[in-house]
Amino acid sequence: MENLVYAIILLPLAGFLINGLFGKNLPKIFVGSLATLVVFASFCIGVYLFCQFDSDSQPVIVKAFEWFRIGGVQINFGFQIDQLSLMMIMIITGIGSLIHLYSIGYMSHDKGFYKFFTYLNLFIFSMLLLVMGSNYLILFIGWEGVGVCSYLLIGFWFQNWEYGKAARKAFIMNRIGDLGLLIGIFIIAQQTNALDYLSVANNTSKFSVDSPVIIFITASLFIGAVGKSAQVPLYTWLPDAMAGPTPVSALIHAATMVTAGIYLVVRSNFLYTLAPTVQSGILLIGLLTAALAAFYALRQNDIKKVLAYSTVSQLGFMFVALGVGAYTTAMFHLMTHAFFKALLFLGSGSVIHAMSGEQDMRFMGGLKKKIPITHITFLIGTLAISGFPLLSGMISKDEILVSAFAKSPAYWGILFVIAALTATYMFRLYYLTFHGEFRGTEEQKHHLHESPLNMTLPLMVLAVLSIVGGFINLPHFIGHGHYAKLTEWLKPVLTDESFGQMEANIAGVSFNTEMILLGATVLMFFAVWFIVKNIYVNKKKLALPENQYTGWEKLSARKLYIDEIYNVLFVKTVEGLGRAGKMFDKDILDPAVDFVGEGAEDSGRAMKRFQNGNVENYVLIMSLAVGIILIVNFLLQ
Amino acid sequence: MEQILFYFVSGIALASAVYFVLAKNPVYSILSLIVTFFCIAALYILMNAQFLGIVQIIVYAGAIMVLFLYILMMLNLNKGDESRKSNINKFVGMFAAGILFIGILGAYKGLSANYVAGNDVDYSVGLTKNLGKLLFNEYVLPFEIASVLILSGIVGAVLIGKKDL
Amino acid sequence: MDSTNTFIQTIPLEYFIILSSVLFCLGVLGVLLRKNAIIILGCVELMLNSVNLLLAAFSAYKGNGDGQILVFFIMVVAAAEVAVGLAIISMMYRNTRSVDVSIFNKLRG
Repeated sequence: MENLVYAIILLPLAGFLINGLFGKNLPKIFVGSLATLVVFASFCIGVYLFCQFDSDSQPVIVKAFEWFRIGGVQINFGFQIDQLSLMMIMIITGIGSLIHLYSIGYMSHDKGFYKFFTYLNLFIFSMLLLVMGSNYLILFIGWEGVGVCSYLLIGFWFQNWEYGKAARKAFIMNRIGDLGLLIGIFIIAQQTNALDYLSVANNTSKFSVDSPVIIFITASLFIGAVGKSAQVPLYTWLPDAMAGPTPVSALIHAATMVTAGIYLVVRSNFLYTLAPTVQSGILLIGLLTAALAAFYALRQNDIKKVLAYSTVSQLGFMFVALGVGAYTTAMFHLMTHAFFKALLFLGSGSVIHAMSGEQDMRFMGGLKKKIPITHITFLIGTLAISGFPLLSGMISKDEILVSAFAKSPAYWGILFVIAALTATYMFRLYYLTFHGEFRGTEEQKHHLHESPLNMTLPLMVLAVLSIVGGFINLPHFIGHGHYAKLTEWLKPVLTDESFGQMEANIAGVSFNTEMILLGATVLMFFAVWFIVKNIYVNKKKLALPENQYTGWEKLSARKLYIDEIYNVLFVKTVEGLGRAGKMFDKDILDPAVDFVGEGAEDSGRAMKRFQNGNVENYVLIMSLAVGIILIVNFLLQ
Repeated sequence: MEQILFYFVSGIALASAVYFVLAKNPVYSILSLIVTFFCIAALYILMNAQFLGIVQIIVYAGAIMVLFLYILMMLNLNKGDESRKSNINKFVGMFAAGILFIGILGAYKGLSANYVAGNDVDYSVGLTKNLGKLLFNEYVLPFEIASVLILSGIVGAVLIGKKDL
Repeated sequence: MDSTNTFIQTIPLEYFIILSSVLFCLGVLGVLLRKNAIIILGCVELMLNSVNLLLAAFSAYKGNGDGQILVFFIMVVAAAEVAVGLAIISMMYRNTRSVDVSIFNKLRG
């Protein structure tokens, strides 16, 4: 089994090396197929290992080598295979291989074809390292690795300076979060003398609930999650990251990298259960993020930007779930979100491909007859995210809503409104893109065509997954929780305290209440669908250019001016510091150093006057010196 | 009686040394230096250093000073027309010499004021016979090397003085 | 004169020391004050002689002959030095028509 584990992680690395070193000279079909096949092979191995794991299996640690020992902390380079990491592995490699297949078609005209697949494979490798590592240090290595790959892939079309700036922004914001993560790791190592998950879990008994140490650790780790998973206040990089190619947005910013924060918190559930204060903080930040992002998405015109804000909002949902202690619920929503968000992004990529690169929804419309497969799959994705009954999105989102209700009905109310907003902007997106009259140029109309099979096949697979993916974890009231397969399966990952907290939460909600809440959500969905369809199809309301909005629409379209505020607060401050530093160096340090040099020169010139070649002077000074030495000698006795 | 003799001789030595240092005409100053050397020779004779006294007169006053005068007269410098130093230089020079004098004297602090030779001192030390015995028995090596030194001095002087090397 | 010498039994040694020091400092004064190279050389001779006097005095007062041997050798060296020095001075005069030391300042910094 060890060899299989090594194979999972080394196959994408091999793909990266081969494509990176030789890809320029290899034929395109070879490069694309190799990249896709290595990821798919990792997926198959992951599925095989999954079949060998049941809900009672203990975590398997595969130790590669002893890395180093510092001050009592022993760090091994090893991989931990348990239910959580297997689930992440399957999501990453499964959706990853679909996106690789899609990219063969999407990037087929690009000059940097082999480079793209090199970066993608490197990303898969780093992400696998992140989820498979057996200790926090390897997680951090993978964390940084995906940050780097994100930078490389966002700025893939580096000839455009704006895209490069977006990539830089993503990387720098990630780094701010990484600092928190690092500090958390340091304190963990100092307090528990270990960094691997099992040892730290065993050692947490010596922390009392809500002690300052545990609050500090969990808050620091959460700061890392905030940076990576784009929560308030470090979320502005994700919409800008849409500058990268659409497969990148699908893979990194929908399905995998942004979920690393969720993974981190679930992995550290033994720490978070001991810090209810921080959990409340997570809950509030998740709520705020979900609300803000949903508000922004209401009036965005770029199809990818709407989906980006939707991602931020759904991540907020997942953090709300973590905030109430519903770890398996968050993982469930992570999985279903990966399905339908990747589907939506790939679908939008297909739309953009059909529109010859146009991304603005104001110039789309009436596409449903021209690109049928894309249309059907996109519709399925929209229904899934908005909460169409029995689709995966509804089941997982409803579970979050119920858990929030168990904490406090107020949270449920806010989430309910946000879910309504979600449905609103998604249906707006759908109707503006696929219905009504075509509003683009004649040339674009001429080029409208369905995407090739290697792009539509992943769409179809993901659509199927979005439909059936929810059935693995049916709600609590159906069959008294016996059908909540995912929760059962993930149980060994959580400590007894965490699981107990979760169960107690859910038990507080009676079955009847649960059914009423579910009914309310379904009713809301249909109501919103009807209203939005009315506005955009019957009344034919159109999207306006950004500067023509007024009132709340303008605030939504301009994203509450947060980007501009950040620019003034932080970017200009740092630039000012840089200028001050430059002035200090040029006007203060340089003259100071020059002054010393010139001082030496001047003193030398002064000394030169003593050497005038006059013998008499020399003799005079000599005899003076002898006399003075004698007198001093005489006085000193 | 010895005291008067000593004061007289040393007084003349000092006076002529002073004139030697301060005289404008170089020939006059060399002549006063000769007088100084004669006084020093007298002092040698007084303390029974007979050999030294004679050698002083022969070598110093007789040979070296004559050489000085010879060079002076060859260079035709008896006019004494050398340029004068500025006053500050002279003052600083005197100051320096004065400091040196005080410093040297400071080294003699603690000496008893009246050291005279006792009765057991051998007075015949300065006699030529005794000095010769000492010179050729214990100091024969420096004696020989001194002759080599004089030879090198001769060679050097001739070589430097040649018109065309 | 072989058996008794009243001179060294009545004159304290310090008188010779003071006399020698004065002569020496007069020599130094001469080196500092004069500009004629030959006179400066003569002042050097004066200094050497003062030292000779002191050595001979000590030797006579202690009854040890080593001091006077040293005086002898000093005289030898002084003689050789004067010969060479005057040769140099005559070369100086031959080149620059003057024996003023202040015009030889080519080694200035």
